[in-house]
Amino acid sequence: MKVKMLSRNPDNYVRETKLDLQRVPRNYDPTLHPFEVPREYVRALNATKLERVFAKPFLASLDGHRDGVNCLAKHPKNLATVLSGACDGEVRIWNLTQRNCIRTIQAHEGFVRGICTRFCGTSFFTVGDDKTVKQWKMDGPGYGDEEEPLHTILGKTVYTGIDHHWKEAVFATCGQQVDIWDEQRTNPVCSMTWGFDSISSVKFNPIETFLLGSCASDRNIVLYDMRQATPLKKVILDMRTNTICWNPMEAFIFTAANEDYNLYTFDMSALDTPVMVHMDHVSAVLDVDYSPTGKEFVSASFDKSIRIFPVDKSRSREVYHTKRMQHVICVKWTSDSKYIMCGSDEMNIRLWKANASEKLGVLTSREKAAKDYNQKLKEKFQHYPHIKRIARHRHLPKSIYSQIQEQRIMKEARRRKEVNRIKHSKPGSVPIVSEKKKHVVAVVK
Amino acid sequence: METAPKPGKDVPPKKDKLQTKRKKLRRYWEEEAVPTTAGASPGPPRNKKNRELRPQRPKNAHILKKSRISKKPQVPKKLREWKNPESQRSLSGAQDPFPGPAPVPVEVVQKFCRIDKSRKLPHSKAKTRSRLEVAEAEEEETSIKAARSELLLAEEPGFLEGEDGEDTAKICQADIVEAVDIASAAKHFDLNLRQFGPYRLNYSRTGRHLAFGGRRGHVAALDWVTKKLMCEINVMEAVQDIRFLHSEALLAVAQNRWLHIYDNQGIELHCIRRCDRVTRLEFLPFHFLLATASETGFLTYLDVSVGKIVAALNARAGRLSVMSQNPYNAVIHLGHSNGTVSLWSPAMKEPLAKILCHRGGVRAVAVDSTGTYMATSGLDHQLKIFDLRGTYQPLSTRTLPHGAGHLAFSQRGLLVAGMGDVVNIWAGQGKASPPSLEQPYLTHRLSGPVHGLQFCPFEDVLGVGHTGGITSMLVPGAGEPNFDGLESNPYRSRKQRQEWEVKALLEKVPAELICLDPRALAEVDVISLEQGKKEQIERLGYDPQAKAPFQPKPKQKGRSSTASLVKRKRKVMDEEHRDKVRQSLQQQHHKEAKEAKAKPTGARPSALDRFVR
Repeated sequence: MKVKMLSRNPDNYVRETKLDLQRVPRNYDPTLHPFEVPREYVRALNATKLERVFAKPFLASLDGHRDGVNCLAKHPKNLATVLSGACDGEVRIWNLTQRNCIRTIQAHEGFVRGICTRFCGTSFFTVGDDKTVKQWKMDGPGYGDEEEPLHTILGKTVYTGIDHHWKEAVFATCGQQVDIWDEQRTNPVCSMTWGFDSISSVKFNPIETFLLGSCASDRNIVLYDMRQATPLKKVILDMRTNTICWNPMEAFIFTAANEDYNLYTFDMSALDTPVMVHMDHVSAVLDVDYSPTGKEFVSASFDKSIRIFPVDKSRSREVYHTKRMQHVICVKWTSDSKYIMCGSDEMNIRLWKANASEKLGVLTSREKAAKDYNQKLKEKFQHYPHIKRIARHRHLPKSIYSQIQEQRIMKEARRRKEVNRIKHSKPGSVPIVSEKKKHVVAVVK
Repeated sequence: METAPKPGKDVPPKKDKLQTKRKKLRRYWEEEAVPTTAGASPGPPRNKKNRELRPQRPKNAHILKKSRISKKPQVPKKLREWKNPESQRSLSGAQDPFPGPAPVPVEVVQKFCRIDKSRKLPHSKAKTRSRLEVAEAEEEETSIKAARSELLLAEEPGFLEGEDGEDTAKICQADIVEAVDIASAAKHFDLNLRQFGPYRLNYSRTGRHLAFGGRRGHVAALDWVTKKLMCEINVMEAVQDIRFLHSEALLAVAQNRWLHIYDNQGIELHCIRRCDRVTRLEFLPFHFLLATASETGFLTYLDVSVGKIVAALNARAGRLSVMSQNPYNAVIHLGHSNGTVSLWSPAMKEPLAKILCHRGGVRAVAVDSTGTYMATSGLDHQLKIFDLRGTYQPLSTRTLPHGAGHLAFSQRGLLVAGMGDVVNIWAGQGKASPPSLEQPYLTHRLSGPVHGLQFCPFEDVLGVGHTGGITSMLVPGAGEPNFDGLESNPYRSRKQRQEWEVKALLEKVPAELICLDPRALAEVDVISLEQGKKEQIERLGYDPQAKAPFQPKPKQKGRSSTASLVKRKRKVMDEEHRDKVRQSLQQQHHKEAKEAKAKPTGARPSALDRFVR
């Protein structure tokens, strides 16, 4: 007879002293872990609920401006420094870690229309209602010196926007035409127009650095190549576009913030159909900025809220609002992709977390492992109705909520009418136009 | 397990000759007498049918990339070998006889596979399909990794083998006790409790604690390994059944009238009057549900974490006295006096399934830990093993002289039957195979008729409650040797237990999720998907995913005449039409072949067959 019994030595399973860690032998045999899927589902549900519990995105409000904040700019080399221009011509430089204002400059008379930093971070440019472009040093003047710009260019018309080239000493302004300037000269190197209209914003492409995009109030978005004297092509939409922003990771993709409450992501090579129409705002979208990862962007709207959209989704994943925040005019996503800043009408700059429930500070390895595991679970079960409902739930101010309801009714009515028209006309005579194609009027080359 | 060394194909033939001259290299655990495949043919093995999985040779390049990341130190070396066989030798001139990672046996990998690749989704999008492919590849890799981790398991299962021709059933407990070590021998004991009559017993989930209750009111709980008594009381009422709740701190006792819950000091915490005249108890640990079967014919589910009755189901089959749970899917099996076994879930008012098992009434039911086999015994003295994987057909049947009154499965698939005062144990080939009822593995005679049976989890021990008290038998090979410390740890400290309790409560599975297939939650709900699509088409007035009709592109240089456009359009249309016809023909053939198969083959074709539809 040969016999062997299970006989475990407790020393192999129990810790020796109280200072040791407990021993946890593992066996991954599925029969020892029954109900794998239901348990994971419950874990995912708990993780989703916790995410909503810990969603506290608001970090700080920077006050000090004496008029609405009209424009924001990031420092290219320093994460903590932010520049802002207000409607009374004042420019302030802020330190985000200390959450205070470092420097105040009375830059212009009237609005500061645009502000941008030089790629090296030593100076910045502002344009204002007083028809001037001014270049300022980033560091303040020495003790006793007066605050004076490095250069001042007097123009003939009002400039409404400015952007600096990402690599060279070139910048572009817009107003009645798009001007390309060399930093060393007082006259534009070239100026480009297409029709007669006021151009509200101009942006350099961060990858293909000689490309520019601008949007004008005659509802078009125009693309320029800096190496040519004439514009490349333009697309005309239903309503006017307020700003555009290029995707920092994909050279040909840009997103336009439109007056018709939507944002449109275009592929530059095929302007006749936007890649995605992003709708959730209930009022005109005033500004848009991409995350440095190029996967998401944030938009600021006249409806007193900001929203975060994934690039490939038509609905927003997040909405931020507070009682005191008024119409949001400008928004920026910080270069470490963790925070969002927005400047609004009521003179404050607000700092938000990009990921509402993220824990700030250093995580221990166990915390990190648990976070990763929960993230994966949420991803795995995101389409389950109960989990989806919890993950999508947001509290909205009454004004936005009721407007959403109202617009839903209006949209439903329009759709119903469309369906009825198709139903009661000759088959094929009424074309079915997709939502994407509906808003593009024409593409001109 | 095949562990023959497999030198890569890239080994040049010259070196092979050298190798054959030298003594063949051998892993230390290989026996010398066994000629391995590589030993028989010194050249590189050419057969493609080796039953081993190597992560270097996946199906597509995508996985290759991943496995490269995971096996950083090994694969670059391998890749170098590919180009230059000379570099295989190390500085000292020694050659690695086992290049690459160790092979993994297919059977072990199969055990960890969770995705059924044979099941395909109906017309899914290309994006979805590619995502599924990625998931499948990932799953395969993780199962290989999990299979590799089996190497780290510390304990081996027990066994009992007779000398050549010796019948293991003839080996008595005294012999086993004499042969095994002292620690194991101490696990065999008898509690002589003649006064309080037949005992029911229950081990806690970790296998560390034992609770038993006698017909005449004696209830006790003890740590049976150290023999430390936790509590001993007399409830002054007949005890029908006894069960530990999720941990050893709580104890449910089905008494003559009501269900009572005691703590491990013997203090009565609750008296649940809504569960009256309970005959059998079952605890579903992951759902925190206590299922009670009563004399009044009700199956009641009590949520012990919140103290609410989740469902009270009327089985409409008279007195319920046979109950067991399926540990794989938490379905309750009830045996009835008309010979059927019904399967219940708290989410349904009706049974999920009814199986006619015996001619007489059902006396006992047990389900094994993988949820594959169900053993039943009935008044017709038969013991049957059923397959629970959809068919519900008996796999094997045996007529016993007295019929079994109690049945239980062990973690490794041993089946025990209590027949009068005799206990018979049958064993199968392994964990996944049903026990063969030909020859018993062990038998034992007790001092009184059996009243309760349970294998102790994670130990080679069988607890038997009978009229004479409690007997703890040694059954080598019954228990799972390697426990998981985070699931149920027999050696856990108080702190660990508390932590586990909080975690377990947090991930309490809702009672509505109990169904026959516990993985059903992870599968695509095709029916509601198609329903949703239909509703969308109705709402929009057109199908947004419909393929637009082919519109030929206008061509340059005069080739775009109306006639040619129409011709091209017609060409595509015809092709599509032909495809459709081909498909429908194929389907028809398929159907016919199926029907031909389904027809009874035994009878001769008759002239009247033409009227059969």
